[in-house]
Amino acid sequence: MTTTVLPRVTYLNVKYGVASWLLTKDHKRIGILYLIVVAIAFLLGGVFAAGLRIELTTPQGDVVSADTYNRLFTMHGVAMVFFVLIPAVPAILGNFVMPLMIGAKDVAFPRINLLSWYCLVIGFIFTLAAMVFGGVDTGWTFYTPYSSSASNSNVLLTGVGIFIAGFSSILTGLNFAVTIHRMRAPGLTWFRLPLFVWALYATSLVQILATPVIAITLLMLVVERALGFGIFDPRLGGDPVLFQHLFWFYSHPAVYIMILPPMGAISEVIACFSRKNVFGYSFVAFSSLAIAVFGFLVWAHHLFVAGISPYSAMVFSFLSFAVAVPSAVKVFNWTATLYQGAIWWQAPMMWVFGFIGLFLIGGLTGLFLASLGLDVHLHDTYFVVAHFHYIMVGGAIMGFFAGLHYWWPKMTGKMYSNSLATLAALLVFVGFNLTFFPQFILGYLGMPRRYHVYAEEFQVLNVLSSAGASILGVGYTLTASYLIYSMFRGAAAGKNPWRATGLEWQTESPPIPENFSETPIVTEGPNEYSKREIKVA
Amino acid sequence: MPNGVAAQADPHEPATGFGAAGHAHAHHPALQHHFQTLEQQHEASTLGMWIFLVTEVMFFGGLLMAYLLYRVWYPEAWSEGSLELDIALGGFNTVVLIGSSLTMALGVRAAQTGEQKATVRWLLLTIALGLTFLVVKGFEYHHKWELNHIPGPNFSFEGPHAAQVQIFLSLYFALTGLHALHMVIGCVLMGVITWMAHKKRFSPEWYTPVELAGLYWHFVDIVWIFLFPLLYLVDRAHQLS
Amino acid sequence: MAGHISPKSTYYAIFGSLMVLTAITVSIAFVNLGTLNFPVALSIAILKATLVILFFMHVKYSSRLTQLICGVAFFFLFVLFGLTLTDYLSRGWFVAPGGTTAAGTQVTIGPPVEPVEEPAEPRDAPGP
Repeated sequence: MTTTVLPRVTYLNVKYGVASWLLTKDHKRIGILYLIVVAIAFLLGGVFAAGLRIELTTPQGDVVSADTYNRLFTMHGVAMVFFVLIPAVPAILGNFVMPLMIGAKDVAFPRINLLSWYCLVIGFIFTLAAMVFGGVDTGWTFYTPYSSSASNSNVLLTGVGIFIAGFSSILTGLNFAVTIHRMRAPGLTWFRLPLFVWALYATSLVQILATPVIAITLLMLVVERALGFGIFDPRLGGDPVLFQHLFWFYSHPAVYIMILPPMGAISEVIACFSRKNVFGYSFVAFSSLAIAVFGFLVWAHHLFVAGISPYSAMVFSFLSFAVAVPSAVKVFNWTATLYQGAIWWQAPMMWVFGFIGLFLIGGLTGLFLASLGLDVHLHDTYFVVAHFHYIMVGGAIMGFFAGLHYWWPKMTGKMYSNSLATLAALLVFVGFNLTFFPQFILGYLGMPRRYHVYAEEFQVLNVLSSAGASILGVGYTLTASYLIYSMFRGAAAGKNPWRATGLEWQTESPPIPENFSETPIVTEGPNEYSKREIKVA
Repeated sequence: MPNGVAAQADPHEPATGFGAAGHAHAHHPALQHHFQTLEQQHEASTLGMWIFLVTEVMFFGGLLMAYLLYRVWYPEAWSEGSLELDIALGGFNTVVLIGSSLTMALGVRAAQTGEQKATVRWLLLTIALGLTFLVVKGFEYHHKWELNHIPGPNFSFEGPHAAQVQIFLSLYFALTGLHALHMVIGCVLMGVITWMAHKKRFSPEWYTPVELAGLYWHFVDIVWIFLFPLLYLVDRAHQLS
Repeated sequence: MAGHISPKSTYYAIFGSLMVLTAITVSIAFVNLGTLNFPVALSIAILKATLVILFFMHVKYSSRLTQLICGVAFFFLFVLFGLTLTDYLSRGWFVAPGGTTAAGTQVTIGPPVEPVEEPAEPRDAPGP
């Protein structure tokens, strides 16, 4: 008598067909949908970056015109900031993993979760349309009055696109905040939450409070440009610096949206691969909240040379120094976690080591820029460019990759090649430093940003930077390749390939649609690793 | 028991994506499967609406910041611009909107006590008052259009501070326009809720949509409570002009 | 699921208060109070909003979390207003040797430079 083995029901095979994905309410599928959009945006942003670096290998403007160059760096910034960095960790990893981590069946509002994905997609389509029609040349910062009156590029389309995409972020933040408040499993008190959840909660506060301000600012820009309303127009007595105040009121906290969730992922990975609790758990948890709150108080450090009053510049400078403290707390605590831990050198941990050093450099150079006197010299130079790429790529993207490599087995049920992953991490680390470290020097020497030409004496450093960019490209391509390959040919991962603690590792890989067959009950804190535990199978 | 059956998932369980434990217990039809209890769902929904209102506060906040700055910089223009607005219509609209908040609160109360017909009546009255507000606003906008006071290429204004009055009116239209958009959305929302109430969907056990719609409606009222003095009452004592 | 049920009389009383406050704010707008007109109007509006929040929106009877959320919204709104105004209100307090009032101005040491005469041509900015 033949018996049929039914394939195990997972969130991937429970229903097939495009409609079952495009109309899904499952947070896990929505996380995968976000991964697809973000990957496309990352590729696009990378292509634009390649265009920039190719032009910058020579001091003359011989590859593209100044106007084209302006459009390239603008679209690079828009794609990377709004469609990669802001959504990546919260909407991909947060969506997939957070409900599992708190023992919930889904987020609080699954349909709103799907709506937020559509907001990102529709916003992305508007932005792509703008790119197809020739792009925007204002810089991703859209400063008025150039963007509102003088530029003849597709400001309206891009502005509308980012406006819509902003709702994706707002709704995700709303959903996560409610989920974390109200849907934790029995026994899961706030101080038993994994640090990734604390990070997502702090991020949601920023998403909720800051994003609406850029929404209204873009709306004001759009009505000024489209209808001739005068709000920032200096010809009527309007103040262009007001736009900058409103823009950066969001865009500074936005960088904390980009960095807090990767920091949370780093906390999880460090604990698992040192086989230790995170040192100073409550300090790390509170530091996430502190960063979220303090991050709202520093925005005018982007306006130091825009014409603001020196006294307010001093206030913002002081506050900008203060916001570095909670970040430093995290770095100290991660380092203390590593100390006397049993380090297990697996791929996710390689990304972590890259993160800690690069985030440190990025963060410290931020302090350089927070000093008024130094900023006068360094503003709008490559020093700033290097600083934020160290944080955004060396920090946020590496943290994202650490989390992606950590939770990939849970998401797909497959393992990737650890040696290829290690190689990719090394390539990215080397390529990254080669690309961006010379830019600190270039900036200090005075090379301005957003120019397609530069003085002859800067060429050597620029060539090094462009060479590094190619290595970076190889590293990312390699990562994408082995990850995709693993989906088809990877070894089965099993429930808990990393022998990690956490509720997400107590359920199948990939999980069943409803996450847990029985609601888990939590009786202990997170990361209760002990040295007696077997670390390698 | 046939061997080879998958160990984890119950093959008899419908693969709906939610509801693992089987539906042996009766539950309220409004309870969604990812929540354990109606109470949890209600708390989550209310929290969600409050957080949404926080985003709305920050959304209007950006416009109010612009208003604040320019009021400080251009007091005369603000005075001239404000005097161009019809205080009688603005005051009438204020009374109408606060009245609609009253009817809304009474509507929520009727839903709380299970008075279904009263709920429908109060909600319909709320919609009527909301539409009245919008009609009056429409008259005001039309009047402004006739006077060429709409900012843009056709703007014209007599006075020494015309340029800054254009900024005032830009903010007037942006603020009241955004508010009116929220009113329109609110009326549509109320229409849906009223229909649901008419279909007897609500009870003292579950009236969450009415409550949430109420919160939204009161928020829109609060915005107007600020917009009215900020826009219509800047310099009625004619100190500056 | 029981929320607090207010008696109808409470709602009518609050409505009445709101009407009185509206009448006050309109009539007091016609009285010349100088610079106090704005803060008075704003205070009355804040009072009206508070009544709506506490009673119509039931915040008086809501959980601590709801009350905290209300507070947080206004706190960050005031951060936006307050910190931005630290810039605008303090402009002009400091005048650098060259006559500029902005932060971040580079001051060169040396003899004064003759200002260059800019021809006053109208700048044609292309429209959207």
